[in-house]
Amino acid sequence: MSTHTATPLVTTFATYRNPEIAKYPFCPGCGHSTINDQLNAALVKLQLDPHKVVIVTDIGCVGLSDQYFAAHAFHGLHGRSVAYASGIKLANPELKVIVLMGDGGCGIGGHHLINAARRNVGITVLVFNNLNFGMTGGQHSVTTPHGALTATTRGGNLERPLDICATVGVNGASYVYRGTSFDKDLPERIAEAINVDGFALMDLWELCTAYYVPNNDFSRSDMLGVMSELHMQAGELYRAGYPELASAYRAQYAPTRSKTPFTRKPLAREFTTRLDKPLRVVIAGSAGGKVKSTATVFAQAAIRCGLFATQRDDYPTTVMSGHSLSEIIIAPGEIFYTGIPRPDVLAIISPEGLGQVKAQLAEMGESGTVYVLAELESKVQTRARKIILRPDGKTNRKALAMMAVAAFVKHSRCMPLEALTASVRADQRADVAEESLKAIETGIKLVE
Amino acid sequence: MYEFIDGAELIARGAIDIGCDFFAGYPITPASPILIHMLRELPKVGGVGIQAEDEIASISMTIGAAMTGARAMTATAGPGISLYSENIGLALMGEVPLVIVDVQRLGPATGGATTVAQGDVQFLRWSTSGGYPVIALCPSDAAECYTLTQHAFNLAERFRTPVFLATDKETVMTQGTLDTDAALKHLTPERRTRTVAAPGSFLPYPLTEPATAPPFAAIGDAQNIVRFTTSTHDERGMLTKKPEKVERLNNHLYEKIRAHAAEIEMVRYDPQDGAETLVVSFGITARSMQEAVADARADGQRVSQLIVQSLWPVPENALRRALAAHRRIVVPELNHGQYRLEIERIAYALDPRPAVSGVNRVDGELIAPRQIQDAL
Repeated sequence: MSTHTATPLVTTFATYRNPEIAKYPFCPGCGHSTINDQLNAALVKLQLDPHKVVIVTDIGCVGLSDQYFAAHAFHGLHGRSVAYASGIKLANPELKVIVLMGDGGCGIGGHHLINAARRNVGITVLVFNNLNFGMTGGQHSVTTPHGALTATTRGGNLERPLDICATVGVNGASYVYRGTSFDKDLPERIAEAINVDGFALMDLWELCTAYYVPNNDFSRSDMLGVMSELHMQAGELYRAGYPELASAYRAQYAPTRSKTPFTRKPLAREFTTRLDKPLRVVIAGSAGGKVKSTATVFAQAAIRCGLFATQRDDYPTTVMSGHSLSEIIIAPGEIFYTGIPRPDVLAIISPEGLGQVKAQLAEMGESGTVYVLAELESKVQTRARKIILRPDGKTNRKALAMMAVAAFVKHSRCMPLEALTASVRADQRADVAEESLKAIETGIKLVE
Repeated sequence: MYEFIDGAELIARGAIDIGCDFFAGYPITPASPILIHMLRELPKVGGVGIQAEDEIASISMTIGAAMTGARAMTATAGPGISLYSENIGLALMGEVPLVIVDVQRLGPATGGATTVAQGDVQFLRWSTSGGYPVIALCPSDAAECYTLTQHAFNLAERFRTPVFLATDKETVMTQGTLDTDAALKHLTPERRTRTVAAPGSFLPYPLTEPATAPPFAAIGDAQNIVRFTTSTHDERGMLTKKPEKVERLNNHLYEKIRAHAAEIEMVRYDPQDGAETLVVSFGITARSMQEAVADARADGQRVSQLIVQSLWPVPENALRRALAAHRRIVVPELNHGQYRLEIERIAYALDPRPAVSGVNRVDGELIAPRQIQDAL
C-alpha cells in the first residue's frame, strides 16, 4: 500500500491488505476469503485513512481476519466483539469501527448485538454466516437451518435458526442487509454500510466447505433455497434514522461540559457541644418514613457542632417496603468501627423497625434510652430506660423519625436544638424543611 | 472543609480528579452509587459514561475505550466480578490499563446484596484462567477511597494492567465526616509510556525489557497501526504458537508485576515496643482493628497493628519484617480466612515461626472490636 510516501500530494490507498501476510488461512472454497477481499475492495473504494479504521474480530475462523488488514485491529473474546467496538466508538467517534464476526459470535454475543442496534452505536458489523461452527469441528450454531446435520445435531437440527437481520432491524439498527459471499456488488454494499452514520449490519451467508457442505450435501443454490424457505429475504431490509449514540451523547452533554464536577456540601462548625464520648444512635423505622434523610440531618447537625459522625443504613433490597434502619455515631474524635451492636439511644418508630432491632434491644443496659411510640411500647422488653412518645393521631408517619430525633436531642442535650434546625434549613428542600421543622417542634413538646 | 460523604463519591472524585474519562458499568448493589456518580459527573469533564447491557459489556466497553487511550474505570460487586473474569484475563493478556472497583458484598452468588463481606480477596487474585498476577489495592477509610483510586489509576498506567480497588459495601456506602481539603491527597497523574516509534515502525508488544510494560500507541493513532490481541502473540501482535515467543510473552506478563512487587507494596504499620501480638487486617475490618487496638492499649496491653493497603501482590517485605517481630499474629477478616493463607505462608518461612490465628465473620455483620480484643 502506498500510504506513507515522503511528501504525498494525494495519498491513495490501493489496498488495505497487510503486506506482511499474503495468503488467507481459510479452507478452499470458504466464503471468508471472498468477504475479506470484498471488504478490502470496499475500503479501497472509500479511500479511508487506515489510521481511522479499526477491524474488531470475534472468535472462530473469522477471528483470524484482522491480521490480514493494514488497519488498527482488535481481536478479543468470543461474542464480545460488538461490546469492544462500542467502547472504541464511544471513546473515539472519529473512527470507522468494523466488526467481523461469525454466526457463532451472534449466538454467544446476541445480547450485545441487540443492544448495539438499539443504542444505534455507529459501528459496522459483517456477519460471516456459514451456518455452523467451523473452527471447533462443525457444531450447530444459532443460524443452522432446521433439519441440518452437524456434529451436534446427528438426527437433524431441531432448533429454528435465528433471523439476525430481523433481530437488529426491529431494534433500531440504521442499516440492515442480507446477502451472500457470492454477491458481485458486495464492495458497494459494504462501503454503503460503512458510510452509514449509525449501527449497520450485513448478514452474509456463505459456505463452510469443511463441515456444512459435506455434511449436508449443500451448494450455493441450496443456500439460496434455505433463505427463501425461511422467508429470510436478501437485500437491504431495514433503514432507520435514529441519532448515532456517540455523537448524540456529545451533543446532549455539550452544555454541561466544563461545569465543575461534584457539588460540594461544606459543613461549617458553627455550634458547640459538650459531648465528650461517642453517642451511638439507631433509628428503626419503615421504608418511606424519612429515616435515612432524618439521620443525615442529625449527623450533619453533629458535624456543625464540631463532632465527627458516621451514618450506616440498612434496608431490604426492596426500597419502598419493609424496614429502614439508620445507625448514626456522633463522637468528639474520629470514628473507626461504624457498627452499633449496643446502642446508647434507640428510636423505635414502626413495627418493621422494631422487628430489626431485637438483638440490639437485648444488648442495651440501664444506661441506654429507648424512645418508642406508645402503640409499640408493650412489645419492647428492655433494661434500658423507656421514653414513650405519644404524638397525636394527626402526626404524619413521615414526621415520626424527625420527631423522635428532636425528642432525644432535647432530652439528652447532646447538641443544641439550633444545630438540628440549622441543618434542616441548610440541607433540605424548602417544602421538606418546613415539615421537618414542624416535626421538631412536636418532638420537643413530647418530652417537655 | 468538612463534608459528610461516602466512599462511593470519594472513589468517583478520585477517579475524575486523576483524569478518568471513560466509565461503563451495570447497576448492582452496592456498586451502583459509583455508576450514578460517574455517569452524572463525567460529561462535565468531557468524558463518557455509559450504562452497559450487562457486566460483560461493561468491562468490554471499558477495555475498548482504554485501548483508544482513555483512562477507563468500571465498578461492580461480586456477581459482576464473576462475569468480568474472562475479560480480566483479556486485559492482562493485551496489557490494558484499567481500574476495576469491586464493592464486595456477601457471597457466594447473589448472596446478600446489601450486606458487607471481604470474600473476593482470593478471587480477585486468581480471577483469570492461566493464573497471572494482578494488582489490588484496598482502602480502609474515606480518604483512602480517594487516594487509592488515584493510585490504582497510576499503577494501571505504569504497568499497563487491570488494577483492582477491592472495597466493600460499608466502605462505599457508609457516610462519614471528612475534612476533604486536608485529607484528600491529590496524586500526580502518571501516564502510560507512549511510543516514539517512527511512522509505520511500531511494534505493539516488543518485550525487549521483560519486566517493563511496552510503550503504548492508541487504536486510532495517526502515525502507527496498532494490533491488539487476546491470543498468544508475537511482538507485532500477530497470533503465534512458537514456544520461545509464547514463553517470552507469558514470562513477561508474570515478571512485569513480580519484579516490581516491592515498589507496589503499601501498608500502614503501627508497631508497639514490647508487643508480642500483631493484628493484621485490611479494608473495613481494619477499622474494627484500629478501635480494638486503641481500647487494648488504653487498658495497658501492648499490641501492634498493620493495615494492608496493597493486597496483591502481597507486600512480602513489610509483612515479613512485621511478622518476624511478633510471636502471635491475629488476622481479622470478613471471610473464612482468605488473606490469613498469605500471612501463614510468610510466617511458615520464619524462625521462630509466629502462631497465626484468625477472627472471621460471614454473617453479613462487621467484626466488632470486642471480638478482636477477645482474640488478643
